[in-house]
Amino acid sequence: MRIWAHILALLTAVSPFVAGQSSELQFPQRVVAGTVFSVPTSGSGEATLYIVGPSRVLQRKVRLGESIAFSAEDLHLAGPYVAVLTSGSSSRVAQFNVVASPAPAKLSFLAKPSRLPVNLSNAVSGVVYVFDRFGNLILEPQQLSFELTDSTGRKQSHAAASHNGVGWVRMNSGAKAGTATFAARAADVHETRVIQQVPGEPCTIRMAAHPGRGQRVVLETQPVLDCSGNPVPDGTIVSFSESFAGTQSTVDVPLKRGIAKTELPSHPGAVISVASGVVMGNEIRWNGGL
Amino acid sequence: MSGRLLALLLALATIALIVAGTLWPGASGLGAADAQARLMGSASGPQGTVHDLLQRIAGHDWSAAYNSLANKSEFSEAEFTRDLTGNYGSLRTYASLAGYDIQPLRASSDEAQVKAILRWASVVGTFQDTRDLRVVKSGERWQVVWPVVKEAKVPPQVIPVNYLRWDVIYRGAEDDWGAQDVEAPHVRIVAMHPVDRGGGVVILGEVLNEDVVPAFVTVKASLLNGKGVALANEDSFDKISHILLPKQVSPFRIDFSGVRLSQVDSVRIQPSATLVAASADPVIGIESQKLIPVPDSSLTGELVNQSGQIVNVAHVIGTFYDNSGQIVWVADGYPNRALLPETPVRFSIPLPADVSGKVSNYRVVATTYSSSHFQ
Repeated sequence: MRIWAHILALLTAVSPFVAGQSSELQFPQRVVAGTVFSVPTSGSGEATLYIVGPSRVLQRKVRLGESIAFSAEDLHLAGPYVAVLTSGSSSRVAQFNVVASPAPAKLSFLAKPSRLPVNLSNAVSGVVYVFDRFGNLILEPQQLSFELTDSTGRKQSHAAASHNGVGWVRMNSGAKAGTATFAARAADVHETRVIQQVPGEPCTIRMAAHPGRGQRVVLETQPVLDCSGNPVPDGTIVSFSESFAGTQSTVDVPLKRGIAKTELPSHPGAVISVASGVVMGNEIRWNGGL
Repeated sequence: MSGRLLALLLALATIALIVAGTLWPGASGLGAADAQARLMGSASGPQGTVHDLLQRIAGHDWSAAYNSLANKSEFSEAEFTRDLTGNYGSLRTYASLAGYDIQPLRASSDEAQVKAILRWASVVGTFQDTRDLRVVKSGERWQVVWPVVKEAKVPPQVIPVNYLRWDVIYRGAEDDWGAQDVEAPHVRIVAMHPVDRGGGVVILGEVLNEDVVPAFVTVKASLLNGKGVALANEDSFDKISHILLPKQVSPFRIDFSGVRLSQVDSVRIQPSATLVAASADPVIGIESQKLIPVPDSSLTGELVNQSGQIVNVAHVIGTFYDNSGQIVWVADGYPNRALLPETPVRFSIPLPADVSGKVSNYRVVATTYSSSHFQ
């Protein structure tokens, strides 16, 4: 608490200097995060250096007349800094900025959605935030590349430049269902996300009927595919419906191993239909298996 | 003078009734229906005998009820109890007799026919159980011939099932903020129709899970006036099948009381879906669906559990369409018995009489609850 009280008092005291007066402290106007550098001082005796920056404060005892050395780890958070050198009743002030290192070291990559149907244009979005090794957002433009590889190995590539630390791209989903890899790269740093490309709506639903045990009719679909030939995932609900003499029987059956299979009461003359979601399949007039 | 005498008589009568009520309180506690039933016959007659039996049932005095029956040799006390309380943790198991009506159908000196309408209170509302009871005189005593409904039993067996289930792993708290999470399922409202009904507005509709993963779905609606201000907000609560498998469609109904359709300028519908672990089983066939015309307007049918898993409670929701394909009503019902594999269980969905005439098509979905897991 005491050091913060000192700093507050110092900043209040030196605020006129900070606002308008050029300082005797010769800090560079722009310091790249992680740079090793030193600042010369003049005079003699002991002094205390305070450096106030984003979310941290440095306090260091220095000997006037010698250079003050800064290691790579001392000033690594990007942002505006104020340096105050106090000795007795006198103080010297400098302002400078620490900027992000231009070398990308980490990417935050937001790929959305993580699951989408095949064959959609501009449906996959990738957003990249570029950071240096200290976690500073690199505001200078960076060349980014994006690559979406589907389960068959087919690739789509896009290049983009980052603006104010962020770059983005939109890409199409592929024609083949499966797990696609979405990679973003800046210099030699890359980040990968997984996009699940899933089949679209069933294209056609064909069912067949044959007599079952007792007075039952067995209904079974052919493998259900989307319009790109991808098998519709297991668990997808297929609805069978049978109408006969003013009564109706229905059953919602999940696809298992690509097909839906069920039994309904066998009524010769009954009309049996099949659908999945909003897609209708074929219709059968059941003749009792004759 | 006559006025004073009348006041004195009334005061005496009141005191006498209070004393009688304190000394001989009502034995049942089944409410007005019970009082009505009590008035319909003396304890020694056929209706009184039925009344006594139902009192014992209401008091869970199964042994006394069973021992009073004329045909107890035809079934065991356990079968009688199972008939009334159900089995396999069904809706009936957790219900209690809330009231009953007794209607004499015909009577002779040694035999009578009585209709008993039993109203059972359950967690999802009241359901009725109607029994036509034969009452016979044996010596000086009337006894009820109980039409026992023997609960179906499935023989011990192993039923192979290709079990299909989805499990979900969400992102962890320690993951980077840019790390992916599993995508919420995509659901879509495919039909919506507001109607003015019973002094309120009812929103009827259907929601489709158009994704390839299961979804837990809720539908919220806001009624907006001409200035875009919400007049009321409600959600579908239990008039929806909350868990939708891929490409499954559920009806929904949202009831708003105290708002007229003429006050409403627009409706804002907000379906929301959460990815949940779910199972594709059990599969329930909904067979022999039939519209029953007025006065008993309803949709009846049978549920057939096509899987090996016992379903404790089933919920059926019907969507009713007019001849132009417009939804005219959504209603639901709960069969009170458990669904055993390949064993049909009847259900009935009540339909308002004025809606019944408009219905030209319908669609029913079934949701199931099993004690082993929720589906």
